[in-house]
Amino acid sequence: MVFGLVLAWMSGCSTGTDTATTTGSATTIQNKGSDTIVNLALAWAERYQEIRPDVTIAVTGGGSGTGIASLINGTVTIANASRSIKEEEIQSARTNGIDPVEFVVARDAIAVIVHPSNPVDHLTLQQISDIYRGKLTNWQELGGEDRPIVRLSRETNSGTHVYFLETVVRLGRKDNNTLFSPDTLLLPSSEGIGAEVRQNPNAIGYDGLGYVTDDMKTIAVGLTAEGPFWLPSIETVNSGDYPVARDLYMYTAGEPTGIVSEYLDWIHQAEAQAIVQELGFVPIQE
Amino acid sequence: MATIVPTSRPKRRQVSLAEVLIERAIQVTGVSGVLLVILILVFLIREGVPAFFQVPISSLLMTRWYPIEDYYGLLPLIAGSLIVTGGAAIISLPLGIATAIFIAEIVPDWAREILKPLVEVLAGIPSVVIGFMGMLVITPLFRTVLDIPTGLTAFTGMVLLAWMVLPTVVSVVEDVLDTVPRTYRDAGLALGLTHWQTISRIVLPAGKSGILTAFMLGIGRAIGETMTVMMVTGNAPRIPRGPLDIFLPIRTMTATIAAEMGEVAQGSAHYHVLFAVGLALFVITFVVNLAAAAVVFRSTQRAERMLS
Repeated sequence: MVFGLVLAWMSGCSTGTDTATTTGSATTIQNKGSDTIVNLALAWAERYQEIRPDVTIAVTGGGSGTGIASLINGTVTIANASRSIKEEEIQSARTNGIDPVEFVVARDAIAVIVHPSNPVDHLTLQQISDIYRGKLTNWQELGGEDRPIVRLSRETNSGTHVYFLETVVRLGRKDNNTLFSPDTLLLPSSEGIGAEVRQNPNAIGYDGLGYVTDDMKTIAVGLTAEGPFWLPSIETVNSGDYPVARDLYMYTAGEPTGIVSEYLDWIHQAEAQAIVQELGFVPIQE
Repeated sequence: MATIVPTSRPKRRQVSLAEVLIERAIQVTGVSGVLLVILILVFLIREGVPAFFQVPISSLLMTRWYPIEDYYGLLPLIAGSLIVTGGAAIISLPLGIATAIFIAEIVPDWAREILKPLVEVLAGIPSVVIGFMGMLVITPLFRTVLDIPTGLTAFTGMVLLAWMVLPTVVSVVEDVLDTVPRTYRDAGLALGLTHWQTISRIVLPAGKSGILTAFMLGIGRAIGETMTVMMVTGNAPRIPRGPLDIFLPIRTMTATIAAEMGEVAQGSAHYHVLFAVGLALFVITFVVNLAAAAVVFRSTQRAERMLS
């Protein structure tokens, strides 16, 4: 199946910048963007190609910004993003004669993760913010062992990074200009964060719920020190309790037509949303 | 007889044609090598210099690198690259030269036939594999052994880079020692020098310029290496405050370009600043090469004076 996708990708490449190409009976959809969504988008594409053998969907990652930049340059049909499109991106799309249209395709919770041996099991948003801006530097200050805190983050080109900065580090306040502490380790991949959290008892990291495995510990997040604290799950995200959850998006250049529109409709149906749940994301309920 | 003459004529023409073709091909490759370097420089300048107009020099000299909020301080990145490269050079050069001496001067021929290809195999390991091993094996090891907060540090980067540079240094130095005439060694031994004195007083000084070339190539490889350092140095753009900060994370120029270039909008300030970082890298390697070439040039001049 992966091999097939690679083939689809290569055939997609040979068609150049023409994004949704029809050659004979086969249609190719170029789908690129967020690394958070890439596994989900791949799973959708695989299933959809089984239903519609005449369609090939080429999925690539690279980050939300990369996907949207490709949409603006006209090289993809659908851009995946784990953050909503920025005002300046809409502007530059318009100058290229492209009007991006937004679709919410799933939801995702950002889990705050630590080493399994870490005794700390719940934190408030304020505490997590203080950790990442460099105000708290020892686990002792949070009721843990006497260990330095090693802060892990995704790279700045990740939509997850931007979302975490705005929602957690800046506590959702627009006028807040707090930055990540310069000591924060910026790791280029989810695997990098996973590898470090699994083996380093000093580390704290964050990543999409779909990337959390059993060998790390998820922190329950609350708004006040008195609680309540919530662990990220489908229930707490859909009830709106878990405070670090976001929508995942797909963008098209203008209102989609034909097969692209059919594909996006299918994504919103139960079959595709079941895949969302399988992969550890939160299905949208309409 | 009559049949030989017509066949030999086109043969001669063919030979001369092939010769002309080969000559031209060599000419083209030679010129294109120089041309490519010039084109790369022109491209870097064209894309990188606008950064100095879009972003004031004072903010390029800040200590904070956070491009998505328009903080473009290059100092942490330059410091990061220099520290990791310098550390890798300090570790790999003595080790590399010692290994080369061992292979070229000390071990018997049969052992040399085994060791030399082994070192060359080491050069063939892809950097992403070394980075992966570093991330999963070396990082946890350093964290526990050195008792530091995290194993993703400048030091880890230095050690892994040194490991990658080592084969280059060893094979170049080994080749250089090979070219030192046998008569030099014989003369030394005949004068009553010990084996070690022959190596350190005669063979090494004779191969000095080659050793400098190895040094240059090693530094060039280390400063340009991207994948490994991106995976093991933690990429935190912080300014080191003391010598012990090599045990803390760091962010290099190469890792920054690799991690961020895919994301930037073409023509934005961030895009041009990344090219300016590339330009700075180019200038640093150029200066290293130039300095090494100057030293080599001066030492050959002196050798010629002594001989005349």
